[in-house]
Amino acid sequence: MKFLVCISQTPDTTAKISFNGDGTEFNAAGVQFIMNPYDEWYALVRACEIREALGGTVVALNVGPAANETTIRKALAIGADEAVRINADPKSAAFTAKQIAAYAADQKFDIIFFGKETIDHNGSEVGAMVAEYLDLPYVSYASKLDLNGNVAAIEREIEGGVEELEVDLPFVLSAAKGMAEQRIPNMRGIMTARTKPLTEVQPVAFDENSKVVQYTLPPAKAGVKLIDPENMDELVRLLHEEAKVI
Amino acid sequence: MVLVFAESPRGQFKKAAFEAVTYGKKAADILGVSCVAITLGSVKDAGELGKYGASRVLNVSDNAYDHFDSQAYTSAIADIAKQVGAKLVVVSHSSTGKAVAGRLAVRLNGGLVSGANSLPVVSGNGIRVKKSVFSGKAIAEFELSASVNVLSLMGNAVKPEVSGAAVSVENVSVNSQKGRVRVKSVRTQEGIVPLPEAEMVVSAGRGMKEPGNWNIVEDLAAVLGATTACSRPVADSHWRPHHEHVGQTGIAIRPNLYIAIGISGAIQHLAGVNNSKVIVVINKDPEAPFFKAADYGIVGDLFDVVPRLTQALKKFKSQG
Ligand SMILES: Cc1cc2nc3c(=O)[nH]c(=O)nc-3n(C[C@H](O)[C@H](O)[C@H](O)COP(=O)(O)OP(=O)(O)OC[C@H]3O[C@@H](n4cnc5c(N)ncnc54)[C@H](O)[C@@H]3O)c2cc1C
Ligand SMILES: Nc1ncnc2c1ncn2[C@@H]1O[C@H](COP(=O)(O)O)[C@@H](O)[C@H]1O
Repeated sequence: MKFLVCISQTPDTTAKISFNGDGTEFNAAGVQFIMNPYDEWYALVRACEIREALGGTVVALNVGPAANETTIRKALAIGADEAVRINADPKSAAFTAKQIAAYAADQKFDIIFFGKETIDHNGSEVGAMVAEYLDLPYVSYASKLDLNGNVAAIEREIEGGVEELEVDLPFVLSAAKGMAEQRIPNMRGIMTARTKPLTEVQPVAFDENSKVVQYTLPPAKAGVKLIDPENMDELVRLLHEEAKVI
Repeated sequence: MVLVFAESPRGQFKKAAFEAVTYGKKAADILGVSCVAITLGSVKDAGELGKYGASRVLNVSDNAYDHFDSQAYTSAIADIAKQVGAKLVVVSHSSTGKAVAGRLAVRLNGGLVSGANSLPVVSGNGIRVKKSVFSGKAIAEFELSASVNVLSLMGNAVKPEVSGAAVSVENVSVNSQKGRVRVKSVRTQEGIVPLPEAEMVVSAGRGMKEPGNWNIVEDLAAVLGATTACSRPVADSHWRPHHEHVGQTGIAIRPNLYIAIGISGAIQHLAGVNNSKVIVVINKDPEAPFFKAADYGIVGDLFDVVPRLTQALKKFKSQG
């Protein structure tokens, strides 16, 4: 079995978000970066668990600059066997997907894992795009994954419920909560991560057809209106007359 | 031409489909073209989409589409997009729409904005559309310059609007790939509005002390007709089911009304709820960070305040 886990690097969940003067670029100064939680907690851990049970190889892949290697080493410490970094600035989901697809095209991965979305772009785009490039089935928002030989049994989150399905290998999957439990890398993992192979791959050309022209911060809230806890009729009145939501 | 894929889980439209068609009609007016809707599989009353602005409603009636498969859906929608000469393809930002939007963009060689929440603005040869990024902490405006572009529309970003009359449904056939995913079963909770679609949400956190206290939350939700939600530690300690967990690592929602009870308002929680139109916070700690994100705040003990609010709402409802 050969699994590819695509990991992205995102600003820490508590990071303060700001942009350069004309609002065209994210201001990374002073921002702490982490591995995207869905990629780390769910996709990577489940891939490692299956490899531990059935054997095989887990390859972690990141499209990003050399500075991302700390995050990539963490994936190796959690349990990936080897890693690949495609040396490019991941300008857009479309660009990133093209790079991943170009790399994976002739590698015969059994499952290509994604997180359900990145917490910075919130796109849920890359996985679907890679699946299309490679002409593979795509199961998104998977909360449970088990393998039976060549067949995967999957539960997938849908609006207000769960869909149970089966699909034959190979396929592409995006992982959501429920698939696995977060793993804290142990000392041995951290030590062995240093010597595991990390290959650098050069990007392929891509023509962008979408770009961010402007970032803005959401308008600040007017400020909270405090209501006397004894007087809930007043809150009801405000929700009806002022906010017009009931 | 704007092509809207109106999804019909288990044969019926939900609000998301009417929102998508309403959005498609408005976008079509901006672009000076017409709006066509496409439905897949067996669908009840597909012609109703005409009311929301679709000038034609197409259906591929093959029951192979009764279960979702991203490859089969994508190839069918892309084929129709080519047949009708779509410039813009709109899908819902749902579990279905998200899984086809990226595929469609690749297949049609188009630009993509997933989770769009504003109408397109014409800019040169392309269009500009906004979406929320960084888990609600910022807004990004995208420019799409391809000859066909794809949008997935965020839930609750537009209100369904009736602007026309029902039309007759045209059966069409497509040159589509076969699905390879075998759906075995679909389990949904009937009778409650799923969180991503809910217009009102009553949510509670660790301040509830123990799961046995949730009746006051449920009573409040019941008078409002709201869906219940919870913070992450509440779901993690199995006080409430996982599908109720909202926030950065749970579900992101944007209801009209979000009532937060005994939730501190950690940044990861806010990330999933700060796009709500109106936020009410009930917390005994006046320093709780949630008050900074709230429209209305009640500093008090939730065990007193929540039943009192439920009573006040009952009174309001009975006065009609
Ligand atoms: C990477 C990451 C991702 C995360 N993702 C999420 C997420 O998606 N969603 C999420 O919710 N959290 C998430 N968290 C956790 C988050 O940081 C907070 O720990 C969590 O939201 C706190 O939950 P809470 O508000 O229910 O509990 P607490 O923080 O314990 O707050 C309880 C609140 O109840 C109030 N209270 C207590 N008793 C009463 C009473 N009798 N009456 C009135 N008020 C009372 C207290 O004043 C307090 O403000 C994430 C954390 C990390 C690190
Ligand atoms: N730069 C990247 N390198 C590798 N994988 C990525 C990168 N960006 C996104 N991904 C993967 O694509 C998933 C979805 O990302 P997005 O479409 O941005 O929501 C993430 O959860 C990752 O698994």
